[in-house]
Amino acid sequence: MPIEQSTTTTTLHESGLATKDMLLNIGPAHPAMHGIVRIIARLEGEEIEEVDVEIGYLHRGFEKMSENVDYNGVIPYTDRLNYVSPLINNMGYCMTVEKLLGITVPERCHYVRVIVSEISRISDHLTCVGATAMELGAFTVFLYMIKAREFLWELVEKVTGARLTVSYCRVGGVKGDLPDEFVEPCRAAFKETRKVLDEARGLLERNRIFTDRMNGTGIISAEDAIGYGITGPFLRASGSDYDVRKDCPYAIYDRIDFDVPIGSEGDNMDRFLVRMEEMEQSMRIVEAAFEQMPPGPVMVDPGTGRPIPAAEMVDLAKMGNIAAITGGCAIAGPTLEGSSRAHYPSTATDEKRAFLPPKEDAYGNIEGLMQQFKLVMMGHGIRGPLGEVYFAVEGANGELGFYVVSDGRGHAYRVRVRPPCFAIMSALPELLVGDMVADIIPTFGSVNMIGGELDR
Amino acid sequence: MIVELLIKAGLAGFVFFFVLNLAGFHTWVERKQSALIQDRIGANRAPIFGFRMLGMFHGMADVLKMFTKEDIVPDRADKTLHMLAPFFSVFFALVAFAAIPFGPPLVIGERVIDLQVAKIDAALLYVFAMLSLGVYGVILAGFASGNNYAIMGGLRATAQMISYEIALGIALVGVIMIHGTIDLGELVASQGKLLWGWLPMWGIVVQPVAFFIFVTAALAETKRLPFDLPEGESEIIGYFVEYSGMKFGMFFLTDFLETIVVASLATTIFFGGWQVPYLSPDGFHFPWGWEIPVNNLVYVLLGLASFSVKGLIFCFLFMQLRWTLPRFRYDQLMNLGWKGLFPIAVINLVVTAVVLVFLGEPN
Repeated sequence: MPIEQSTTTTTLHESGLATKDMLLNIGPAHPAMHGIVRIIARLEGEEIEEVDVEIGYLHRGFEKMSENVDYNGVIPYTDRLNYVSPLINNMGYCMTVEKLLGITVPERCHYVRVIVSEISRISDHLTCVGATAMELGAFTVFLYMIKAREFLWELVEKVTGARLTVSYCRVGGVKGDLPDEFVEPCRAAFKETRKVLDEARGLLERNRIFTDRMNGTGIISAEDAIGYGITGPFLRASGSDYDVRKDCPYAIYDRIDFDVPIGSEGDNMDRFLVRMEEMEQSMRIVEAAFEQMPPGPVMVDPGTGRPIPAAEMVDLAKMGNIAAITGGCAIAGPTLEGSSRAHYPSTATDEKRAFLPPKEDAYGNIEGLMQQFKLVMMGHGIRGPLGEVYFAVEGANGELGFYVVSDGRGHAYRVRVRPPCFAIMSALPELLVGDMVADIIPTFGSVNMIGGELDR
Repeated sequence: MIVELLIKAGLAGFVFFFVLNLAGFHTWVERKQSALIQDRIGANRAPIFGFRMLGMFHGMADVLKMFTKEDIVPDRADKTLHMLAPFFSVFFALVAFAAIPFGPPLVIGERVIDLQVAKIDAALLYVFAMLSLGVYGVILAGFASGNNYAIMGGLRATAQMISYEIALGIALVGVIMIHGTIDLGELVASQGKLLWGWLPMWGIVVQPVAFFIFVTAALAETKRLPFDLPEGESEIIGYFVEYSGMKFGMFFLTDFLETIVVASLATTIFFGGWQVPYLSPDGFHFPWGWEIPVNNLVYVLLGLASFSVKGLIFCFLFMQLRWTLPRFRYDQLMNLGWKGLFPIAVINLVVTAVVLVFLGEPN
């Protein structure tokens, strides 16, 4: 219920002094309201009596835009949902469309997707925990965590060629296989991350000021959390063990052994601890996935021809200099490592109506070019069967669901996202009322509100 | 008479110059120190003729920026008080230095010059009075800005300062009882005495509990992390939310000045001020029998160096704490002040009194 200015009341305090409660407008431009949101609080002294949360400052019409581009064209938009862990969004959307089209992706593709999305989950949790610590004044922890996140983003960059707007998954596969040198850098990055997590534990978990700030603030019971539709670490901190990866396993999560940490109190401390432990579990998942991953091509097969960079080949072909490229073999640039033809059978579906051809084919021969063209041209390419489908993955904040309705055309009739932090934000007034102004910071921090995902 | 005045003016100028520069230098140290603790390089831009001096010129760049920025006074603000508040803050932080003895008496010919701007009998009371008055700057800033955040900052500052000053004062009573003076000059001189012939009678030795209470409460006085509730940049932004340009700069400067005041006080009261262990006006007398004679100038310089080094170590300690600890919550801060420090300070006082009675006349 919106708070009106006129609801500010003057009451007579028992001491006989007239007191007036104060309206404090926190945000949308406020250091702690990262990702833009506005909290209007009515205060009695330092205590919060009433809260109104106003969202929608980052609404960009994701769902509407998705109705106007083909199925593969939506993937770059999904990067901008939860921009701290875009790979999970990619995966969720692609799996939804694959469910709609009835496509099965190769085994190795599942592993690659799981590995990159778990790396994203760690970076998301690092950002959330670090930002909470920073807003509580522990600036150093934040920078340590950002340092660890940097190691992980370097991994993401190695795989996808980008750090933030990765657009890595495709309907029916992934853009390319993991690069040749990946397992070792990944283990090294995890070693650094674990070191940072240990340091952070030392600085936070054993810090009386921090634990005092986190314990007993922003409490929500498991029943209430489920009532609001809250999922993810937030719900697990309240004691419910619902995790999409365990309860409705997708990809290869049912083959990997990992624990789902749960809390008991449902306060900020529990959410902090759950996130800390989930990072460790995510690293465990990635390490197990490396062990189990079925082999696929790891070396780019140079083919028979002389290697020519793809872009150069296109330029030569445009100028009609066919002789220079005859017998040549297009090679993809450094950021496209692993996206060559040799990798395709192991990371992409053989459903050629759905999946974009390897880059050498798209650049190097007419069939590949035609296939690429047909797929990306509006009204050609994939046509979904009539129907609707819902699929959810475990996002960093909870159940990230995509609901896609198809009317048989080349693009979705309706795309709807179930953003995990939307449910948590709707419970925010309940979490905040009765606490103090300063408690807004850790509670809101533990919500891990991501504007892109919340407002879409 | 004229000479006396000139000497005092000279001393005041020296302290003023030294302290302000130290505050400026402090910003650089803070930048570099926080960078060190956080695995960063720290500010290293702002060159002058291509020389970067490890980012030393950033302080100057800051000041230039602040002086040339537009000075915004909100419509709803009380114009006069809004302008006065930063001056109050800086003024009281600066005058507090007047009573702090920063070196041993300098002898030039017949004249003995005490290295202390104002030789006040009740110097300790004076310093605390000035520090307490400093809170008016904060309160005025909060109330005159016409902003809810500023008001909350001002209120928090008031409550915090008053709560912690009590613990601070009581912690010091023990020291006063042992040395029998509230004249900081005499207090320092008295700390030069040796206990059992070898242990300097510094405040930390005779009143260790009081020292920890003092440092905690004094940190709260400086309004820096973990006690920066009046500022709490990610919560309520602070009492100076409506200030810009050099007026904001003055609050910023006050923070550093107060840190230096508190560091100087901790040095003066608990670490023997300018005292160097075993150094008397005529030279070193080590308990194991060595003697190194020094003349008055060396004696004074050693004293000045001793005071500066101790003060800087405290400044560094406060910075280290600032970059390590998170912030308290309002009620937790009050709990710590009233239910933690205050009772301990009182118990410490009683124990000190009882011990003194049993030991007889201490001095």
